[in-house]
Amino acid sequence: MTDATPLYELKGLSKRYMRGREATTIFDQLDMTISHGDFIAVMGPSGSGKTTLLNLLGGIDAPSSGEVRFEGARIDNLGQGQLAKWRAANVGFIFQFYNLMPTLTAAQNVEMPLLLTKLSAGERKKRVKTALDIVGISDRAGHRPRQLSGGQQQRVAIARAIVADPKVLLADEPTGDLDRATADEILQTLQLLNKDMGKTIIMVTHDPAAAKYARRELHLDKGRFVEKELA
Amino acid sequence: MNDLTLVRKNLFRKKLRAVLLMVSILIAFLIFGVLGAVQNAFSFGVNTAAQERLVTVNRVNFTVPLPYAYWGRIQQVDGVRDVAPASWFGGYYQQPQNFIQAFAVDPASYLAVYPEMVVPADQRAAFIEGRTCALAGRALATQYGWSVGDRIPLMSNIWRQTDGSEAWDLDICGVFDDLEGTYPTNYLIFHYDYFNESLAYGRDSFHWMTLTTVDPARNDEVSQAIDELFANSRAETATSTEAAFNAAFMEQFGNIGLILGLVVSAAFATILMIVGTTMVMAVNERTKEIAVMKTLGFPAPRIFRMVLGESLLLSLLGGLIGLGLAWLAVSGAGAAMAGVMPGIALTTPTMLTALGLMLVFGLVTGLLPAMNAMRVRIALALGKI
Ligand SMILES: Nc1ncnc2c1ncn2[C@@H]1O[C@H](COP(=O)(O)OP(=O)(O)OP(=O)(O)O)[C@@H](O)[C@H]1O
Ligand SMILES: [Mg+2]
Repeated sequence: MTDATPLYELKGLSKRYMRGREATTIFDQLDMTISHGDFIAVMGPSGSGKTTLLNLLGGIDAPSSGEVRFEGARIDNLGQGQLAKWRAANVGFIFQFYNLMPTLTAAQNVEMPLLLTKLSAGERKKRVKTALDIVGISDRAGHRPRQLSGGQQQRVAIARAIVADPKVLLADEPTGDLDRATADEILQTLQLLNKDMGKTIIMVTHDPAAAKYARRELHLDKGRFVEKELA
Repeated sequence: MNDLTLVRKNLFRKKLRAVLLMVSILIAFLIFGVLGAVQNAFSFGVNTAAQERLVTVNRVNFTVPLPYAYWGRIQQVDGVRDVAPASWFGGYYQQPQNFIQAFAVDPASYLAVYPEMVVPADQRAAFIEGRTCALAGRALATQYGWSVGDRIPLMSNIWRQTDGSEAWDLDICGVFDDLEGTYPTNYLIFHYDYFNESLAYGRDSFHWMTLTTVDPARNDEVSQAIDELFANSRAETATSTEAAFNAAFMEQFGNIGLILGLVVSAAFATILMIVGTTMVMAVNERTKEIAVMKTLGFPAPRIFRMVLGESLLLSLLGGLIGLGLAWLAVSGAGAAMAGVMPGIALTTPTMLTALGLMLVFGLVTGLLPAMNAMRVRIALALGKI
């Protein structure tokens, strides 16, 4: 891998769903490149395939045909076990509804991905603390999700996504359930992670205001991308 | 935090549900432990020695006596080593409720065929010498507070003496223990001669004879020879191993093993279904969380193990508490019932079986939810909001 190798390369990517005998095509022969350090806002009407795209990039769904390359290596033909390993090492996920474990505290939720590493308990604790500090939620480390507001839960979820130091963050409508002010705080945090820590972020959003935090917007419609560079 | 933390937290996420499941498993193992201890009492005394000893009784059944002369004749049979004749003395002490298991025996030969009975040498000699001597088992002596030197009147509700009395005065000349914990000490033996000479009726007969052979390998041959010797006589005999005789005796109470087995199986089957379906539902409720764990990179086999671990933990917790309670119940009841029903005890094999059952129970109830969890498809599960 050299610096010239893009983070993601999609080649001739197609995704079809069979509904009965009828095939619905979401993407057809899609090509796309995402470079290191990018922050992309993926927009488009409901049902246009935004979540499907994230799933393909995150290795939790496989394309019908075509290639997904990550740092030059194909991930679309990996087995389930290899994909799980690859995800644990390279990708952080952020969901619209946070998806924290209700029985665990904020700190324990953040620790989850570290259980997949060989780090000692002490080292894990340090990393959890750092991640919680970065998203500014250390004071709620011992709280359970039920005791946290939506914005706070999303901060914990972001801490969980970055704790294992992945290269890319995939966020599906991360502010879709939050009010404007809270959404702005979360987006600022994501922007910080992108600018200061060099995380590549691909964020699905319906909200044009949210998209402004990204470096570029990608409009998905009828299986095609329309690009728009932002200042 | 480690995987076990997650397993524990998931199991106790709904405390009431987990506790109820645990209690139902606990009940199954409590039943298993207690009934296992009772069954042990029924098979008590069937040790290897019992497999190698023979018992000769009247072919009709063991309540019909055999003539005294058979003792001498059986001793003549080739391959026989020791023959111990005995008569059943349905006795009681002070009140008819205090039932005492007592046998009128030939002291020397009886002790010769029952090496499991451990008696100090001086007491052994005194017992064999003294015509009115009795040798009491430890459990029986403890129950009634008898010690060596005591004189006790033993009443019979079967026999009567020529003078009309129903009481035989016996001297406790010794107390026998059992060395290996495999032989009952809840009975007493006394001299056949003393018993026989005072009888108003039914003299010069025995209920059974216990015998040993020079080589257990010849047992079949010797049994046959004895039964052939008395074939076509007025009192034909039936000779079998003591173990088989005991088993036939216990059959009088019904097939205890089968009944206990059915009760335990019914309890287990019911609770297995309850716990199994509950665990399936509990894990289905968490489909989305499992999908999230998979998204984070938890491999499917690890998720399988963690979900299986929940059922195993549940089964072990409930099972061990149940077995512990069974142990408490059995040691309490066992002490109180030592005289009537010796051998009520939770034995190591029973406890190991219980432990094995706990593992099987945990695996069986956890297998389906664990497979479901392992098969959760991330994209589909996360789509379900
Ligand atoms: N498992 C599936 N089986 C069949 N069709 C599917 C499946 N998953 C998604 N689809 C279809 O694929 C299309 C794209 O779905 P996707 O979830 O990617 O849309 P989206 O752009 O994320 O929409 P939204 O903005 O509502 O979240 C939709 O028409 C959807 O119905
Ligand atoms: Mg979507």
